[in-house]
Parts: sequence; C-alpha cells; structure tokens
Amino acid sequence: MSEGTLYDKVWEEHTVSELPTGQTQLFCGLHLIHEVTSPQAFGMLQERDLDVAYPERTHATVDHIVPTSDQSRPFQDDAAEEMMSELEQNVRDAGINFSDPTSGDQGIVHVIGPEQGLTQPGTTIVCGDSHTSTHGAFGALAFGIGTSQIRDVLATQTVAMEKKKVRKIEVTGELEPGVEAKDVVLEIIRRLGTEGGVGYVYEYAGEAIESLDMEGRMSICNMSIEGGARAGYVNPDETTYEWLKQTDYFQENPEKFDELKPYWESIRSDEDAEYDDVVTIDGSELEPVVTWGTTPGQGVGITEPIPAPEDLSEEKQDTARMSQEHMGVEPGETMAGYEIDVAFLGSCTNARMPDLRRAAEVVEGRQVADSVRAMVVPGSQRVKAAAEAEGLDAVFEEAGFEWREAGCSMCLGMNEDQLEGDEASASSSNRNFIGRQGSKDGKTVLMNPRMVAAAAVTGHVTDVRDLKEVTEA
Amino acid sequence: MTDEIPAIDSASGTGVPIRGNDIDTDQIIPARFMKVVTFDGLGEFAFFDKRYDEHDDPKDHPMNEPHFQEASIMVVNANFGCGSSREHAPQALMRWGIDAIIGESFAEIFAGNCLALGIPTVTADHDTIVELQDWVDENPDADIDVDVENETVTYGDTTVDVTVDDAQRKALTEGVWDTTALMKSNADAVQDTADSLPYVDG
Repeated sequence: MSEGTLYDKVWEEHTVSELPTGQTQLFCGLHLIHEVTSPQAFGMLQERDLDVAYPERTHATVDHIVPTSDQSRPFQDDAAEEMMSELEQNVRDAGINFSDPTSGDQGIVHVIGPEQGLTQPGTTIVCGDSHTSTHGAFGALAFGIGTSQIRDVLATQTVAMEKKKVRKIEVTGELEPGVEAKDVVLEIIRRLGTEGGVGYVYEYAGEAIESLDMEGRMSICNMSIEGGARAGYVNPDETTYEWLKQTDYFQENPEKFDELKPYWESIRSDEDAEYDDVVTIDGSELEPVVTWGTTPGQGVGITEPIPAPEDLSEEKQDTARMSQEHMGVEPGETMAGYEIDVAFLGSCTNARMPDLRRAAEVVEGRQVADSVRAMVVPGSQRVKAAAEAEGLDAVFEEAGFEWREAGCSMCLGMNEDQLEGDEASASSSNRNFIGRQGSKDGKTVLMNPRMVAAAAVTGHVTDVRDLKEVTEA
Repeated sequence: MTDEIPAIDSASGTGVPIRGNDIDTDQIIPARFMKVVTFDGLGEFAFFDKRYDEHDDPKDHPMNEPHFQEASIMVVNANFGCGSSREHAPQALMRWGIDAIIGESFAEIFAGNCLALGIPTVTADHDTIVELQDWVDENPDADIDVDVENETVTYGDTTVDVTVDDAQRKALTEGVWDTTALMKSNADAVQDTADSLPYVDG
C-alpha cells in the first residue's frame, strides 16, 4: 500500500470513521452540484425528511442543460427550464450558494470551482460528475459520485469510500512546441488503457507536469476518469499558490493564504513516499495526439499510422474494429486529412483562458473552412468576459466561429448544441463515445484546442505544427 | 425510513447477455433522456440508441428479444459502465428489471452507483463470462443464481467462483448498502473532523 503520498495524507485528515463494510466515512470539504444529477438527491432527502447538513459547504451552478445561445428565461426547451427551476428551488430552500447565469459567475462546474478559489489544496471535493477529478490539479482529492452519494453528502457531508491504490505517473523532460497537456493525457490513456486506472488514484508528476500552468494541469487531471482512475492529482507548488492568490477567496481573505500555506506544503507527497505503481513517460518524445476511435484510449500521434485491430492486444480488437467502422478510418493511414464538419472548442477539459488564447493565435488571420460549423463555448461567464476583454471574441468571430455563452454544450449534447446525422467533429472535449455529442451516427475526434483551431480552418484533421510553418514561410 | 435496508445475499433470475468491452454510460442511457428531475420511467430508455433506429423502430438487440424480457441478471464484458458518473445508468437498468450484473470488470463509479441501489456487480474472468453469455443465449428461460455471500454463480449444472469486492459483499449481505442513516448517526464525529481541518472555519 502507498504511504506518505498526498492521497494518503488527505485521506487521513478527512477520515471520520471506519464503516462496518470496511469502507471509510470521508468528510467532504467541498460539494459542487449541478442541475442534472442533484434533483433526485434532493427528492430522496425529502422522502426521508432530512435536511442539508452543511449547506455552506455546497456550491451550485447550472451547466449541462443551459443553452449557449439565448439564455433568457424561461429557456426555450421546457425540460431544461424545469431542471433549472428545480435547482433554483432546491438551493433556495437549503440556503446553498448558486452561481446562476445572472451572477456573472456561472459556468461549467469544474471551471468555476477553481476560478472562485473554492478549489484548494488538501481538501476533499465531490460532485455528481465524473470530471470532478479536474480539481486534483490543485492537490485536492476530488472525485465524481453518483446521485445516491450526493444524497449522503447533502445529509451528512460525508461519503462512504474504499481507499484506492496510488500510481505515480511521471512525465519527464520538456514538451515540444505544439504539444500540450491534452496530448499528454491522451497519451497516458492510450498507454495505460481506459480501465488501467480502475482501483487507482493517479499522481501526475515529473518535469513536464510541473512545467504546466494550472489550466494544463486541470486538463490532465480532468481526463483521469477516461483512464479509469476516479481521481488524479498534482502536488501543489508555487504555480498553484500563485494561481490561488488571484482567486476571489484569497483576494477577500488574504490572511487565509499565509494561514493555509503550511498545510498545503504538509500534504505534498513526501520525497520518499511509497507508491503501489510507478509509470514513466518521456514527455519530450510526444507529439499532438488525436483519437481515431470511439474510446478516449484509442489515440494516435498525428504523424503515426492508425493501428490495425489485429496488432492490438486481443481484448481490444473487437472494440477497435467496431470503432474503425463507425469512424470510417483505415489502419495504416494517419488521422491527418480526416474531414470534419464541426469544430467544437469548449468543455471542462479545454475551455479556459490559455486554451482560448492559444486557439485564437492559430485562428487569427485565417477563415473557418466553408464546410465547417465552428463554435467556441467558453468554460464560464468569467472566462468569456476575460476573453472579450482581450478581444478574443473578435478574433474568433472574424474567422467565422460562433462565440457562445458558457456551458457544457456539445461535449455531451444535452442542450441544442449537437452533431447532426453522421457529422464528424474536431473536439477539445473529453469523450468520443458513440452518440456522446448528440447524434448516434456522429463522429468525434478528440484533440487539443490548437489542433481544433487548425482543423476548423482547413476542414480536416491537421497537424497544427505544419500550419504554423506554412504561415511563417 | 432507512432503518429497514434489506440484506442482499443473492439474486436469481433469467439472464440477458450484453456483449462488448468499454460499454459506457452514454450508451446505457443517452444524455437526452436525462433531462428529467426524477429517475422514474428511465427503464424504457435503457440502451435506447442500441435498441432503436432513428425512426424508433426496434433494432437487433438482446433487450428487444421477447425471450429476454423477463431477464434480471445481466452478463457483460470488460470495463462496463465506464465514462460519466450518471446514476441514471444503473437506475435505468434496474427499472428495466435488472437485479444483478455479472461481468469481466466494471468502471468504479458505476459499480459504486449499483451498490447504492443494492445491485451486486460480480466479476469473473473472460472465458467464464463468454461461456455464461453463450449459455444464456441457449437457455434464456433458465435461472442464474448469484450467491453474493459465497461468491459463486450457478447456472444449469455448473457453479463457478466469482469475485465480489469485500466492501460490496459486506454492505449487501449485512444490509448496510444504503449508507445515509449509518453515516448520519456519526454526526458528532463528522463535526469533530470538520473542526480539525485547517481550511474549515469554525
């Protein structure tokens, strides 16, 4: 078993009791809720005549169903309006803070938590959303839960959990220009598999990880669950602390920063920490990674050939054949040149300021291909406002992108932003499952935000590094 | 009302095989059916896009076969339930009629959600599962017995060993899989833990 890791320490700090099942009752420092997975939990509380135990430790927003075009109320979609109204009622009754669209603070739950300073090192964070692992970027222990567990957290501020093993994933070296955090995590999932992380928490370490900004670290932790790991984290360091200082919470409570910093330092993994497993990846060898299939583990370097199913391990072959048929790709070819109909720049993986800035650099002075419908969906209202202050909205709009309101949008197609028929998308999101983007015949190619921008302007999957050379030449 | 959580030592019923690795929760319940504020009625949408074409006409799928309509034991392959944390997925399967799932492996959040509903997720190796799936195809009317306590599955004349995660086994067989009341009873210890944390204001 692991010892002396951040995971061990934070787990210990938050342990309330050992349950008869052998599970641990774990205190949840922060509970984030949204409109899709929480209403049933509030209903269960009502049935059992229970109150919300620590309403001040829950924070709500609306993201999955919120329209990204016209957000005026009532929403045009009756079902979305009903979910919104239900959430409003629930947070009002329980006295829960709500970053709603009129606040200017609304956005994807995994974008707003960090930007408001709710996400802090050494805390436990839960949310009824599998991408809660995102918050691990700050050295928090953060994981997704189901609705019955949301009920538990609302009623008790605790969850019943089994302790997991810890795998350290050390990404050494320096990433080449044009290679981003997204490529690192797609590579990790490709190597370790979509279920390689089941039973593990991932600690991301090494020079390539430590050199990333907080947004990059969030992109990596975000997709831990795509590799089967319910949580992933990065040890907090000066990059983390500098980021935290700028957030609301520490702007308003600067004394808290000095007060808490020793705690944050104390929960870092020890130099001699023991891990259940260690995996090393040479970050300097990586290139932009895109997916060729229908699971996030089916990735390939942009210059590499798509693998033949028979060259994969036996248990992956059937899925690979089915995926290749769905996507219409041929083994031996590269993904470069794969035609796309939609470019989606958004999601809790890649819709923060640095993501938009980098994509805008690619887009500037170019035009979205005629055949492509391109959209930018900022991760939060604050991201949107900050981007507009820098003029990024104009860059995108002049190129032919739609500039939309904040929300989950086409990552999962719960609002009106969906693929139609057998459209193919270049997407900065996290899942390429069949049907994920709203059409069961739709095709999703996951990639980093600059690669999405490149695909938008060329109309097909493109190595963004080549595009840059063309401009400079 | 939480004081009467039934112990679940076993589950029995006819089977339905769902083949394929990495079956994600978007397949089990497509997101568009989650625009609801209760779980009621989700059963008919389980695996909807796999079961129906664009005109809502039934496709070739085990869950559409007349002889599998009464099935309560689902037999699946590896990494079943990966992806989203949506409890809507096991809720939909439960409401379709599933009481237990036997598979090669399960995604963690999915298995946890099943446990919270009292649905065992038991595992066995690839060959055992494939044999069982084939047997279910040939014997759609015959019962499968999942013994959670003793970690076995019996079908026809065959009994095979399966694995049930320790905590899951205890939670199910001791009737403590619904944890709300149990954890609520530790309210003082919860407050003590909160008080001990440097970031929690008193």
